[in-house]
Amino acid sequence: MTIEAAKEMSRASMPAGLPVRLDDVSVAFPSAAGPLVALRNLTLDIPAGSLTVVIGPNGCGKSTLLRVIAGLVAPTSGDVQLGEGARDAPQAGDGRVGLAFQQPRLVPWLSTLENVALPLALARAPIAQRRGRALEALERVGLADATGLRPAQLSGGMAQRAGLARALITDPPVLLLDEPFSALDALTREGFDGELQSLWMDRPRTVVLVTHSVSEAVRMADRIVVMTARPGSVARMIPVDLPRPRRAALSGEPAAAAIDATVRATLAEVHPADLTPWGDR
Amino acid sequence: MKRLTATLFSLAAFLVAWKLLTVVTGTPDYILPAPEVVAERGLRAIGSGILWEHTAVTLSEILIGFALGAVSAVAVGTALGKSVVVERVLSPYIVAAQSVPILALAPLLDIWFGGGLLARVLVCALIVFFPIAIATMVGIRSADPLLSEMLRSLGATTGQLTARLEIPSALPVIFGGLRVGVTLAVIGAVVAEWAGASSGLGVLINIADQGLFDTPLMFVALATLAIIGITLHGLVVVAERRLVLR
Repeated sequence: MTIEAAKEMSRASMPAGLPVRLDDVSVAFPSAAGPLVALRNLTLDIPAGSLTVVIGPNGCGKSTLLRVIAGLVAPTSGDVQLGEGARDAPQAGDGRVGLAFQQPRLVPWLSTLENVALPLALARAPIAQRRGRALEALERVGLADATGLRPAQLSGGMAQRAGLARALITDPPVLLLDEPFSALDALTREGFDGELQSLWMDRPRTVVLVTHSVSEAVRMADRIVVMTARPGSVARMIPVDLPRPRRAALSGEPAAAAIDATVRATLAEVHPADLTPWGDR
Repeated sequence: MKRLTATLFSLAAFLVAWKLLTVVTGTPDYILPAPEVVAERGLRAIGSGILWEHTAVTLSEILIGFALGAVSAVAVGTALGKSVVVERVLSPYIVAAQSVPILALAPLLDIWFGGGLLARVLVCALIVFFPIAIATMVGIRSADPLLSEMLRSLGATTGQLTARLEIPSALPVIFGGLRVGVTLAVIGAVVAEWAGASSGLGVLINIADQGLFDTPLMFVALATLAIIGITLHGLVVVAERRLVLR
């Protein structure tokens, strides 16, 4: 057996997500005042199983970047690849990507259980299987008691958990999180970050988390991708080589503080007008 | 219970006012019959079987016409809501059909469809169609774009988007259209019967008015139409309460 084959085997036996490659990707949306360029010549390599945090202020194309990876937005030019194959362009709903949004986006007339089971219902899975796996997913996010409640009866944090459970139910190799906790208060958010980290450590997969909080980025990331102002591209990639599990009080430690400072300095360079000294939300 | 009392009270007040009007003005029965005269005429019409005979015809026209019109209106309204092209192509015809008085269309449909039940059902369906189709179109477009994107990210097909998001989102508005539509169906049935029919409450009104000068019988027919309208409207409201989440 060659070393290559052994590597291939160990990769297959350790499902740690898929690599994501964006090669010279540009996205332009048509608008009345001419095309609005959201992303320009963005090249980004996301290793399989890594936890990548994308940071930048509003309007720099972070969400567009996630939508391109999810296959919801087709790049105007350039290539997106999910996995090793040359023709592995993402397609919305192909099951390889789970997406959780800034707003939980639960269907108001469905119960929490039905909302979480929605991906399986759309794929016409048998009802018993839908129920079983939805219960499992709800348990994983600590929402086992809320199965029968409607979205309007959930608190903001519970609704976000349900949205996360829905993204996790198909056990996708790539999980995309579009500022999923930004509407929550700082304390709840720190708790969520910790839970997300342990979910990821229990079951490694490729995670891309979009945020505009520097401390959250340092707390969560293997690598922090700082984006330029619109049209967005990668300004700088900052590796975060800190041991896990990381604690919420991490920012006091010198190594973390140094990374924090680097990220802030880079942000200030790319869009000086947007960064205030107390700009961490 | 409280609601029932209020309804009964308002009905009693209405009858008393009506009776007072006839007494104070001294209007003869062939112009404005008193309520008890109408009631007595109604009982006789029920007893002779003539009321039910005509009511059954009108009721079936209304029910079949309303069902036909509502189902096709929701289907067409969905297409209108989902596609701007479909809306551009179809809406001039739909608006034109609505703008031409149904009174003028009814005799035409009567000629085309052989003067039977079918012609009258079609008049009902036609008059019902417009408000429900427009309501459906507006409702379909009110679906939350964030939920729509969420479903697309999960690979929902166009059909699944319609069935799982757009129609449920549109339901409250569609029910608004159904409420208007069901009362219009009653009008449609009478108009269609006037354009050519041998039975039905519209025909009964004509017979009572022109043939017999039996004004109390006219009032009996009118009251029956009103009761049909109120009942069907009530059934739509009940369905709405069960289907629409509040």
